[in-house]
Amino acid sequence: MSLTVLNAIIAVVIAIGFAALNAAYLVWAERRGAGRIQRRPGPNVNGPFGLLQPLADGCKLMTKQLVIPGGADKALFMVAPVLAMAPAIMSFVTIPFSNVVVAKSMDVGVLMIFAFASLGGMSILFAGWGSRNKYGVMASVRAVSQAISYEVPMLITVITIVMMTGSMNLHDLAVAQSGGFWHWNVIPSLSSPLMPVSFLIFFICSLAETNRAPFDLGEAESELVAGFHTEYGSMGFGLFFMGEYANIVIGASLITILFLGGWGCPFGLFPSVFWFLLKIYILIATFIWIRWTFPRTTIYGLLNLSWKILIPISLFNLLLTAGLLKVF
Amino acid sequence: MSAPIDIQPGETFTLNVGPQHPATHGVLRVKLEMDGEYIVHAETVLGYIHRMHELMGENRTYPQVLPNLSRLDYLGALGYTHGHVLAVERACGIEVPERAEYIRAITVELNRVASHLFWFGAFVMDLGGFTPLMYAIQDREYILDMLERVTGSRLTYCYYRFGGLYNDIDDEFIPAAKAFIPRMRESLKKYDALVTGNIILQKRLKDIGPLSKDICKRYGATGPVARGSGIDYDVRKNEPYSVYPEFDFDIPVYHECDSFARYKVRMDEMEQSLRIIEQGLEKLPDGPIMPKKKPKLIKPPVGDYYQAVETARGNFGIRIVSDGGKNAYRFKLRSPTYSNMHLFDEACEGMLIMDALALMGSLDLVIPEIDR
Amino acid sequence: MIKDSVKKALQELFPVPEPVVEEAPPTDAAEGEEAGAKKKAKKEEPRINGVLERDYNACGYHLDVQLDPGELLAAVLILDKADFFIESITGVDWIKEDQLEVVYDFSRFDFDLCRVVIRTRTPRPDPKVPTITKIYTGASWHERETHDFFGIKFEGHPHLVPLLLPEDADFHPLLKDFKP
Repeated sequence: MSLTVLNAIIAVVIAIGFAALNAAYLVWAERRGAGRIQRRPGPNVNGPFGLLQPLADGCKLMTKQLVIPGGADKALFMVAPVLAMAPAIMSFVTIPFSNVVVAKSMDVGVLMIFAFASLGGMSILFAGWGSRNKYGVMASVRAVSQAISYEVPMLITVITIVMMTGSMNLHDLAVAQSGGFWHWNVIPSLSSPLMPVSFLIFFICSLAETNRAPFDLGEAESELVAGFHTEYGSMGFGLFFMGEYANIVIGASLITILFLGGWGCPFGLFPSVFWFLLKIYILIATFIWIRWTFPRTTIYGLLNLSWKILIPISLFNLLLTAGLLKVF
Repeated sequence: MSAPIDIQPGETFTLNVGPQHPATHGVLRVKLEMDGEYIVHAETVLGYIHRMHELMGENRTYPQVLPNLSRLDYLGALGYTHGHVLAVERACGIEVPERAEYIRAITVELNRVASHLFWFGAFVMDLGGFTPLMYAIQDREYILDMLERVTGSRLTYCYYRFGGLYNDIDDEFIPAAKAFIPRMRESLKKYDALVTGNIILQKRLKDIGPLSKDICKRYGATGPVARGSGIDYDVRKNEPYSVYPEFDFDIPVYHECDSFARYKVRMDEMEQSLRIIEQGLEKLPDGPIMPKKKPKLIKPPVGDYYQAVETARGNFGIRIVSDGGKNAYRFKLRSPTYSNMHLFDEACEGMLIMDALALMGSLDLVIPEIDR
Repeated sequence: MIKDSVKKALQELFPVPEPVVEEAPPTDAAEGEEAGAKKKAKKEEPRINGVLERDYNACGYHLDVQLDPGELLAAVLILDKADFFIESITGVDWIKEDQLEVVYDFSRFDFDLCRVVIRTRTPRPDPKVPTITKIYTGASWHERETHDFFGIKFEGHPHLVPLLLPEDADFHPLLKDFKP
């Protein structure tokens, strides 16, 4: 009994550590990446390659005063940043990094991750509503409608994959794709010819789920100043910031597990945690690349894309796969 | 996107965009009456950096006012000082040597390219794309370096004098400008590939923010705003001044009337300005840069003089009412963005806020120039 | 030429002293070249309302119209019909004559170049001019600005509150007797 409790605590500590480390250093990576794309150095003063920059940022954010605007709903205002970070950390618990490196392998791992991901929308709503700022309210309304519309095609795509594999355990989903890249879900097979399209849909949806450019309507700074976190400073803002990057890691991990064979080597050799990390960081680099290349979409463009294009295609794919699975 | 049909009183809220807001690029405030994301009514509030340049123009002698003109529009300052010197030259009947006129045209056009480059970066940043701003600023830097060599300043130039120039261009300026032109053309191609062809950008700009010919006429919108609405109006062509008749260049006009048309007009204008610079460098005559006989004291005869020039933002007019003294009796500045911004109140009604702010970006606002 | 047609249309607004109006334009056009000296002499007596043709190279505009505030709307309507756009509105304080002048600039978008200046004078103690915002919506800000700087009341203006000056400004900085 005590061993399981200890196990759980260690797992959570590792998950928090991993999430926080990733969040901190992804900020650094993003700024360096942006610098590279924009032909400027990026942070390069603190430590070699500016590697101590996240530490300095953290110190700065933590020592600042936490200002609660007058008239704000204090409870919601305080809860929102925590709610942004906590689900992201919880989701790490069930993500398998390799055959053995997993905190808690759950039979409904996929469901759990999506349940927690939906909480992220909640935190944005709380933040926007609680801070009593018109920009915040507008941003939170946008972000929630965005979250709702993008969860639908995302989940339909996941159902397709779950149907093919017959399991909702992330570990099983990854194992089913082991043995070389031709086994990966992203490669079309006879029973699932539209899988690359599904991959694309899932990728777009995870961009939208994590509020990343070009779908960062919740914090569209040229319109809504800073969106839902307009009124946040100090570590409240820091938590939103870290939550965003933790969510990116989860999005990349999910894509890797669902489509890119998890920890499997592309050539069927030495499956290990190394491959998993390589894949998610390549995906994250793509996220960063996209953010610094594209302008932002409009809110109606975004909703139209989801409801008029992504959902019909993913539904069609679901039906097609269901039919083909029956045939083959 | 059309406006919602029934708006009940009390169902709207007021949103203050500005005075400090990332999209207004300065201290401009737009009071928006919003119905959700739709704008029901807009009212622009000006004057946050009003400095009363017109009164300063009446209190100072004509040469003393010259530096004030470049404080109007810090991005395309040379065009404004050009307007002032032309107005005073017209009033006093001062002849300008040809070489000075050519150098004026070259530097004004360089400044126009710099201004459009900055607008391009800032506009795409308004739309959420950060990277083009850095590229544009890098290209602009070459221009600022060149202008710094000859004018002595990087932003608020005071280079022109009544009758000529403060100093001649040197041997390094001409090769630098000649090297700059092909490099800028390469960059324009890159911008086309990176930004203009982007589907997200096109979806955000095409058919958004229509400004009809009629609205341009009623508000007196000029410059790229009017040319994006199919109005073939450019002071350099319609009302030729300086040495512009000598140059072979086109006025880009787009008839779509949307934000994308205004975007395309400015992108094409950079190419046309490069053509003018190219020809100017080729034709550049030798000779003095100041006239031989020039009045010691600038005292225009009694009368009312008007001069319009085409700046990067449109038709800049300057009216000098002289009573024969050292100072102007009345010194009126007609700034282009003042009229261009005015139509925003009417044009943005019924639009979504993000489209309206894209429209505002496409007007190319420089707030000190509106407020004067 | 649009200049001639507009001039003809505008001249019809001034039917009263037939010979004066007929006389004024040709003489002025002829002496346009040396406008400076002649104009100085002319300024001695108050100018009679009417249309003057100016030398573009010397002044920067073609037609110079002076009229009473009552005729303003009719003149602006003519320009509106002829497809002119509004450039600016401003004021001039003629303190010696105890009058305020409002100056309207109009120009054209096409290549038939014609700049028209309309001037109207109003007594300084109680300056009142009808608004032209019903014809040119874009005159609104220009009129508000002129109201700020000179205190000229534009009758019928829908929203005559300070634009460039602070909301509670009760001074008019461009009046010649303004003391900061």
